[in-house]
Parts: sequence; C-alpha cells; structure tokens
Amino acid sequence: MRQLTAGRVVTYAVLILAALAVIFPVYYVIAGSVMSPGQISSYPPDLFPHGLFTGNYEGATHSGTPIGQQYLNSILQTSVITLSQLITSVLAAYAFVFMKMWGRTVLFGLFLATLMVPWESIVLPNYLTITGWSIGGERLTASHAGTMLALVLPFLANAFGVFLLRQSFLQFPLELRDAATIDGAGHWRFLTRILMPLNKPALMAVSLYVFLAAWNQFFWPLLIGDSASRRTLQIGISQLNDAEAADPGLILAGVTLSILPTLAIVIFGQRFIVRGLTAGAIR
Amino acid sequence: MLVPCVVIFALFIVWPLGKSVSLSLHGSDLFGRPDAFVGLQHYRDMLGSAEFRHILWVTLAFVLLTVIPGVLGGLLVVLLLEQHIKGIRIFRTAFALPFAFSVASASVIFATIYNPAIGLANGILGKFGVDRIGWLTDPSWALISVAITTVWMSIGYNVLVLSAGIGAIPDEINEAATLDGAGGWRAARFITVPMLGPQLFFLVVISTIQSLQSFGQIKILTPEGGPEQSTKTLVYSIYHTAFANNASDFGAASAQAIVLFVILLICTGIQFGVLERRVHYK
Repeated sequence: MRQLTAGRVVTYAVLILAALAVIFPVYYVIAGSVMSPGQISSYPPDLFPHGLFTGNYEGATHSGTPIGQQYLNSILQTSVITLSQLITSVLAAYAFVFMKMWGRTVLFGLFLATLMVPWESIVLPNYLTITGWSIGGERLTASHAGTMLALVLPFLANAFGVFLLRQSFLQFPLELRDAATIDGAGHWRFLTRILMPLNKPALMAVSLYVFLAAWNQFFWPLLIGDSASRRTLQIGISQLNDAEAADPGLILAGVTLSILPTLAIVIFGQRFIVRGLTAGAIR
Repeated sequence: MLVPCVVIFALFIVWPLGKSVSLSLHGSDLFGRPDAFVGLQHYRDMLGSAEFRHILWVTLAFVLLTVIPGVLGGLLVVLLLEQHIKGIRIFRTAFALPFAFSVASASVIFATIYNPAIGLANGILGKFGVDRIGWLTDPSWALISVAITTVWMSIGYNVLVLSAGIGAIPDEINEAATLDGAGGWRAARFITVPMLGPQLFFLVVISTIQSLQSFGQIKILTPEGGPEQSTKTLVYSIYHTAFANNASDFGAASAQAIVLFVILLICTGIQFGVLERRVHYK
C-alpha cells in the first residue's frame, strides 16, 4: 500500500478533473436527451434530468426528421464499404505476400503512396465524375439506389487495410504454407481455410477501423445526398442543429442514437482498434 | 487479385489528382464547371490576395491551437496514469470514449454546449460570475471554440498511442531508474518523456496532418467560416469556393486543393525523413 502523499493527492485530483472534462460531453448528450424541453432550455442550465422524458426520442424518430431512413442509409453505406474493403484488402495483401510477381515491391510502394493523397485534394474531381455519370439516361445520383452507390464507390478499397493485413500475413510461418501446398491446397483453399481463420484479430482490426471511419464520414456524404431521405445519419444530425429554433433535447436524442454502434465498438472492441490505430506509431 | 484495388485507386485517387491539377489551370463557367485554359492565373490570384493570406494564417493558428494542447494534454494524462493509479482501467476507458463520436456528433454536442442562451459553457461560467462569452459568434473566440472541440476528439487517440509507447519501454530501464532513486516525476522527466520521443514526434506530425484536414467541426459549428471569416481554414475555403451559392468556382478551389496537397506532402516528407535518420543512426 502506497502512502497517500500530497503529490499523489494532486495526481488523482488532476486525473479526475481531466477525466470529468473528457466524459462531460458524453454524459451531457445522454442526460440532455431525456430532459424535457422546458428543463433543457432553463437558465442557469440543469445538470441532472428530472425523471426520464422520452419525448425527444419519439420526436427524433417520428415527426419531420427522417432519422429512421437515414439510419438505414448509414448502415447500408457502412456495411458495403466495410465488407468491400475487407475483401479487396485480403486479396491484395495475399497477392503481395504469397504470390511472386514482377514489380511487387514497387507496386506496394505505389499503394502506400495513395495514402498520402488527402481526400480534400481530390474531392472536387470525384464529385464532378460521379455526379456526371448516368445510368439509363438518368443521373446516377437522381435515384435512391444511385445515391447509395455514389456514397460508397470511392471507398471500396483503401491501402491502409492492405498495409495492415500484409503486416499480419508476413508473420505467417512458411512451413505451414508449404504443408498446405503439399496437401494439395490451392491459393483459394489456403486463403479461406487456413490463412483467414488464423488471422482473425487482424481482420477484426481492419473491419472495426473501416466501420468507424465509414460511419463517421462527413465531407463526401454532405456533397452527395441531395434530399433528406437520401442523406446519411451524420448529415442528418448536423442538420437537426442547423434547423431554425432547433430543439436541443431532440438534437441530443438524435446524437445518442447515432453513437450507439460506435460506442459499442469502442467499449467492446477496444483491443482490436488499438491494434489498427497504433499500427503506424509503434515500430 | 490486385485488380480491384488498382481499379479503385486509379479511378478515384490517381486520376482525380491529375484532374485536380488540370482543373486548377482552367477557368469556370457560371455553374462552376471548367471552361477555358487560364494557366497559372488562379495561383497568381491566390498568392496575391490578402484573403488567401488570411486563410493560411487561420489554418496555421488552428493547427497550433489543436496540436499543442492535444499532444501535451495526452502526455500529461499518460504520465499521471503511470503513477500506479488505482482504477486505471476506468480512466483508460474514460479517455477512449471520444473515439465513439463522429466529427458530426461531437460538433453538434459542442454546439449545444456553446449555445449563447442556454448552453452549459456559459451556464457553468456564470456560476463563477464570469460574463457570457459568444463562443461561436465572437471572432476572437470562434476558432478557439472549434479547436477545443477538436482537441476533445483527438485526446483519446493521443493517450492510446502514448500508452502503447510507455508499454514498450524495457522494464530494465525503469528498474535501473528506481535503483538510482529516481521515482515519480524525476523518472517521468528524465526517462519516460525522452523514451517517448518517437511517439511524441509521430503524434505531432499525424495531428498536424489531421488538423490541416479538419472540415466537419468548422462547417457545423461555424457555418460560413465563422464571424468575420475567423474560422475559414484552407479546407473550409476549398469547400466554400467550390460550392458557395452563386460564386461556385471549381478552378480556384482546385488551386487551393493543390496547395493543401503540397503542404501535407511536406508534412509527410518531414515524418519519413526524420524516421529514416533515426533508423540510420541507430
């Protein structure tokens, strides 16, 4: 048992203050979402809800705000991006590690170089390209399905997933690979039956990382969806905020609903995310 | 097997990058679409304009206001957590929570907190007798308020990276320090912080890059680039120049996008340059 010196009291005090400052907005969004309109607009503001007011959630899910549809849009957009990046990354990482071909290193270098291009520098040509496409004489973004396609197209592959999975595949013992080949397993069989099951942590890391990034996207969905029912949830909640005479309780209820999936990932999937997020930092 | 990646990268990264350069050399019609070739005109206009210098200044101020407090705050938290704290897991989870918040949700929450009439920021300060602050409406506060939101969003990541770095410090070094009588803050000052050098450097670079690319919090908290354009950073300006009502200009916006690309390329270059040197001299 350590002595409780003055120094340790200060350490705890600073830590607790810092933690409170960080948690406070998290607490406030949940507490505020169950406050009645009268209570949340009172001055000086109240920190604790009087009872459980559910009107904000009813308001956020019914009424003029199409949050339900936007939730579905976000789930669709995020799942397609995550699944697609997982598949394209596994295939590319496999080729880089297990297939001998000419110019492999150079090509991998070029893949990494794509990570240096900031999205904001190429967003305008992409916008012109995608809004310029048409299907059956109609602009791609004129339909709901087309808008969903436009939302995901530029993000179907990303070099970060390839990089992370390549690192993981490189650790794979060559003897096991040779044993599988001797047993008659081809590339496909080896990949799906042996390599992927043995690299689950890395696959989880990539999936969760991509899911978080896709769910939280803002710039591109802001440009693409041109009517409320075609927008993603992130744009939806930011527009709750723009509305004239915005109702803070309603906004906070919308935000609470929007962070449920990502909150679950951060709390339960922390160890996988740490792996992905710190991949570049630790060597 | 590489084909899907190559196709996507070529179509949505490589080709658009070339197209950005080409757009920046063209004028724009009434709808902002490219028309006649104008050469370097956009770049000349940009470099000569006081407005663009203002934008670069705001961008630099925003980077300083987010990177310095974010990295130092993360370092302070990690050093405190190192002092054999009880309930360390609870603290770790608490500092990781902002991860769950997208730029949109975090900005919307802070917009509510900053609300001049009913917001908690003024409410709490009011209890201590501080006058109401126009967090998002006062030109001297708006950028700071957006920076606070950004630091809140990034602190969890910084804590995570630095914690991982501390975990990688060999036990012998800490034991040797303890034997020599260095404990608590002396050990932190002379051993932990120097050993965290690579992680701190990485965080400064990566936070600078992220800060330069910030968009959502600026757009949501201070639509129209803030009072007196006080939050008009380079990325916001790209968006504004390309999509502003009645004044859409993809050519000028692309020239700014190329400037952003070059600035970020320099940041990445510095990162690789320094890392290479470290490896070389080891």
